Amino acid sequence: MTFTIPIENGDAVKIAEAESQRTLYPYVTGTSIVAIKYKDGVLMASDMGGSYGSTLRYKNIERMKAIGKHSLLGASGEISDFQEILRYLDELTLNDNMWDDGNSLGPKEIHNYLTRVMYNRRNKFNPLWNTLVLGGVKNGKSYLGMVSMIGVSFEDDHVATGFGNHLARPILRDEWHADLSFEDGVKLLEKCMRVLLYRDRSAINKLQIAKITEEGVTVSQPYSLKTFWEYSSFHNPTASAEGSW
Amino acid sequence: MSQSAVDVPPKGGFSFDLCKRNDMLTQKGLKAPSFLKTGTTIVGLIFKDGVILGADTRATEGPIVADKNCEKIHYMAPNIYCCGAGTAADTEAVTDMVSSQLRLHRYQTSRDSRIITALTLLKKHLFSYQGHVSAALVLGGVDITGPHLHTIYPHGSTDTLPFATMGSGSLAAMSVFEAKYKEGLTRDEGIKLVAEAICSGIFNDLGSGSNVDICVITKGNNEYLRNYMEPNPRTYVSSKGYSFTKKTEVLLTKITPLLERVEITEVGEAMEE
Repeated sequence: MTFTIPIENGDAVKIAEAESQRTLYPYVTGTSIVAIKYKDGVLMASDMGGSYGSTLRYKNIERMKAIGKHSLLGASGEISDFQEILRYLDELTLNDNMWDDGNSLGPKEIHNYLTRVMYNRRNKFNPLWNTLVLGGVKNGKSYLGMVSMIGVSFEDDHVATGFGNHLARPILRDEWHADLSFEDGVKLLEKCMRVLLYRDRSAINKLQIAKITEEGVTVSQPYSLKTFWEYSSFHNPTASAEGSW
Repeated sequence: MSQSAVDVPPKGGFSFDLCKRNDMLTQKGLKAPSFLKTGTTIVGLIFKDGVILGADTRATEGPIVADKNCEKIHYMAPNIYCCGAGTAADTEAVTDMVSSQLRLHRYQTSRDSRIITALTLLKKHLFSYQGHVSAALVLGGVDITGPHLHTIYPHGSTDTLPFATMGSGSLAAMSVFEAKYKEGLTRDEGIKLVAEAICSGIFNDLGSGSNVDICVITKGNNEYLRNYMEPNPRTYVSSKGYSFTKKTEVLLTKITPLLERVEITEVGEAMEE
């Protein structure tokens, strides 16, 4: 039994019946994640929105989760695929714990594992529709990396996904420097999240900041940023151009 | 002669006759000729005494940089300047045309041009071409009613804003503005912020690059700072100049005549003419 599924350009593709479902487009999506390395580890920020197309359907989604003792995973893109990835990582850490030999998976290993998973899924034309940000600290060394849905993976001092690439990355390239203190790091992330809030249509004003250090992961309580709308041009934009818009 | 009278279209405006044929050709696989696009970062902001416009200077033709140092800030009137992004020919032609119209209007009314005049002329023209004239503009200036800054999109819609960015580098520049803009900036603060925003576009967007142009317009005065900043100089130019290894040595100089020098004395009659 083979199925044919028509795709945009009119061609039909025959595929085997077992994997007759392939991810063609995402449904419930999360927007950008912004993360930086700082003095004691890694700071990551994300908002709590899950959009269903152009509706803001869910406003309480935690898109950053702790993995094991040493890592923090943030995801943008399809939420269900993120939950699937968390399940895979759960199995991984469970298997690891069963050995009970004192070893634990560090951020580098988890990053590698995720890269392999994402790349292999894309090769089968059935991607996990996410861009993942992996941060962690092990043995005093901080690590921050990113994997995209097609398997592009790299490490950097600051990363951002989705719109964050266009809006937050320029700010981080200018203002990030090594050994930021915790307060400065949070201020920098808030600066980026505020710009995203103004200019990304799927962002909401409810964000969390997570930090990971040698001691472990802490995810803050959700809070909102102050925004400024009092420019005089905004109050009466057509003051000099009657009838314009 | 009478043929031409029949061929002229009944009214002005864009003739959509060839669009169907172009569509048919693209479907058959013909690649449309690519345009010289100014993949660009252009910005404007209102400061205490007027308006500051900024632009990068790179013009691209697909993946190639066609012009490393083009001018994207166009003159409209002594008190109005316009930055253009999109297809270079379109921005150049449209701003030129409206600039001429404004001048004629100034002669007729004996008054300085207003920014909303330029705005209306531009948006009327762009709308009537339904977005086919690919010009995205940041129009700014100071007139009798004060400083104004507008953005105009290729389809003809406009915005009035305290700070604006357009072009492929607009997100990079907008992130700088959203983070750092406040009202009542001084001239130096404004120039610094505009230069920062353009640099953000230059270094983070592939379609923008080279130098920063800035134009400061205040009441009764404008300053066009061409190449205000050059953050991409040619590096690795040897300051001492280049010294090449010794030329090949000259061993012998000898001139060997190939023909004997012959003296000619005029004999006989002159040639037939």
